[in-house]
Amino acid sequence: MDTQLLLGAEAIALAAIDAGISGVYAYPGTPSTEITEYIQQSPIARQKGVHSTWATNEKTAYEAALGMSYAGKRSLVCMKHVGLNVAADAFLNSAITGVNGGMVVVVADDPSMHSSQNEQDTRVYGKFAFLPVIEPSNQQETYDAIRYAFDLSEQQNLPVLFRVTTRLSHSRAVVKQQPPREENILNPSKEKRKWILLPANARNNYQQLLEKQTTLSSLSEQSFLNKTIAGNGTKAIIAFGIAYNYVMEVKQAENLDIPVLKISQYPLPDKLIKEFADKYDDILIAEEGYPVYEEYLKGYFGNKKFRGRLDGALPRTGELSPDVVAKAMGVESDAFRNIPSIVAGRPPMLCQGCSHRDVFDALNAIFSEYPEQHVFSDIGCYTLGALPPFNAINTCVDMGASVTMAKGAADAGLHPSVAVIGDSTFTHSGITGLLDAVNDKSAITLIISDNSTTAMTGGQDSAGTGKLADICKGVGVKESHIRSFVPLKKNHDENVIILKEELEYKGVSVIIAQRECVQTASRKKRQESKK
Amino acid sequence: MQTNIIIAGVGGQGILTIASIIDLAAMQQGLQVKQAEVHGMSQRGGAVESHLRISDSVIYSDLIPKGKANLILAIEPMESLRYLPFLAPDGMIVTATEPFKNINNYPDEQAIKDEITKTGKHIFVDAENLAREAGNLKAFNTVMLGAAANYIGISKEALEKAIESYFSAKGEAVVQLNIKAFRLGTAAI
Repeated sequence: MDTQLLLGAEAIALAAIDAGISGVYAYPGTPSTEITEYIQQSPIARQKGVHSTWATNEKTAYEAALGMSYAGKRSLVCMKHVGLNVAADAFLNSAITGVNGGMVVVVADDPSMHSSQNEQDTRVYGKFAFLPVIEPSNQQETYDAIRYAFDLSEQQNLPVLFRVTTRLSHSRAVVKQQPPREENILNPSKEKRKWILLPANARNNYQQLLEKQTTLSSLSEQSFLNKTIAGNGTKAIIAFGIAYNYVMEVKQAENLDIPVLKISQYPLPDKLIKEFADKYDDILIAEEGYPVYEEYLKGYFGNKKFRGRLDGALPRTGELSPDVVAKAMGVESDAFRNIPSIVAGRPPMLCQGCSHRDVFDALNAIFSEYPEQHVFSDIGCYTLGALPPFNAINTCVDMGASVTMAKGAADAGLHPSVAVIGDSTFTHSGITGLLDAVNDKSAITLIISDNSTTAMTGGQDSAGTGKLADICKGVGVKESHIRSFVPLKKNHDENVIILKEELEYKGVSVIIAQRECVQTASRKKRQESKK
Repeated sequence: MQTNIIIAGVGGQGILTIASIIDLAAMQQGLQVKQAEVHGMSQRGGAVESHLRISDSVIYSDLIPKGKANLILAIEPMESLRYLPFLAPDGMIVTATEPFKNINNYPDEQAIKDEITKTGKHIFVDAENLAREAGNLKAFNTVMLGAAANYIGISKEALEKAIESYFSAKGEAVVQLNIKAFRLGTAAI
């Protein structure tokens, strides 16, 4: 079969197409976006009619994938780590229902928070839900493990959680393809007891899920993903997921004869772990993310033979690297240069000509008339309004929180209480908060900085394009307080007046500041010039 | 045989084009490749880098260990210095001379040149003028690839072949422009 150079994310996508999926459901989020994009651009997926349009948020994506599985077909759902918080209700309960067609849940974690607000470890969710978790170490293994995950899902009638991290998702390597297989036929489940989670059914299903754990653990014992690399001595390493690469890098470079146990499938293979751990006196636990299994293996009383992130052998936070792993393995090198002090930081910034710039300029101008500026903002390019020269926002917490935090602060008496949200984030998780504000008549001004795309992740379709005013009207915002302006320098004075009027209004007002993303505009221009 | 390369620049400068051409050349030579890149927030005008590793045997880590990069290929001079901890003691810096100033506290240009010179093996490339000579400023990255061609561990012929494959979809004129740019780069050192 073909070999190709693929990002980890693309290896997931290609493997899912070859494993016979009928649909992928996702909301864009770094570092998971490229999975769905690859499927959208794949001629084979298009020819097969694999569903691949973007969902409004991770919860709607998850439930649609579960529905496709109910109908008997294979589905893939993808998200970034914090996206699983949004989909958590569906996720945890899908462990209780189980699946019909194979369903794989890919979650891309972002240790070191390259493009995220936390570094939560999705493996904790796997334990929480009692579901099998697969955490591959490299791109080829990622490709192979996706096919395996779909088989595991169909054999065990459970969703399978597939965890990758930024480094694997955004790194390329040569991947060898397996022969593709057909999609499942339409075959909707007829087992009502399985899918109707009335307490009587749910108790029964939950019991079955718990009983399945022994089977899942024995599958981990036999899995090609878990293996021992022989070595000698009293010291050893248990390496989880991508941490295996760093351990092996150091082992190879330094010619270390140290035994390694590689784990890429959970629940833990208990026998394999016990047999390995019993042989050695000093065991480094290398995990990318939280010290989830280090804590478990150490136990409450703290078995000192296990070292890792908890005792400082490895850093407590952040992404692993070959260097921190080398240090933990006792072969640290200091033969490297420092960064000269003259090198200045170069943080990301809003693009020149970006519409958000004009929104923040207008906001800062109007706030100069008030004693204090409080602007609740949200997740997207416009979060960069936090940086100089704008310094325009006060909060960025989670998708949609700008609307509801502004509401809560207004309820507490803050005036003006202003929220700035992007169009895609608004439809993702802002609409319900706006309904709360309308029902409570909370005095907030919501600015939807509408560039008609999901810009930060590279310009994916935005669910509310062309519908935002109607959505606000439908939710109950008074038409006279649904305003709009075009965020351009030449309109600055006018825009400030509109802002002023709505900031003074003691009710819910929405200002839609619409102008196309400059990146989208230049992409369109390039495509047109090609034609 | 193993070559470790850091490609450095600013988000939007197109460092991934250089990486893709080297990847392709390595694959066409039957070599192993690992290439970690930066997507997401940093792409908005921030500092970006790609760790590119080529080998005739298995490559484990997607990241280059500190002190192990044979080459820093920078399309912006200050950015070449940001990754100095990765440079091997006898490693080479190939950098474009044109600064990209999208920050107010950009350091003194001469001071940057001095720091680069201090590191040891280095080549400054006037990529902007060479790209113009090739016929299009967009060939800037291919000029830089040409200038670094001696330090990649892949023959110039193999790199040219990869340039042809990479740009073939854009037509013969674009292929020829980039071959010319590549050769101007190789001749400049």
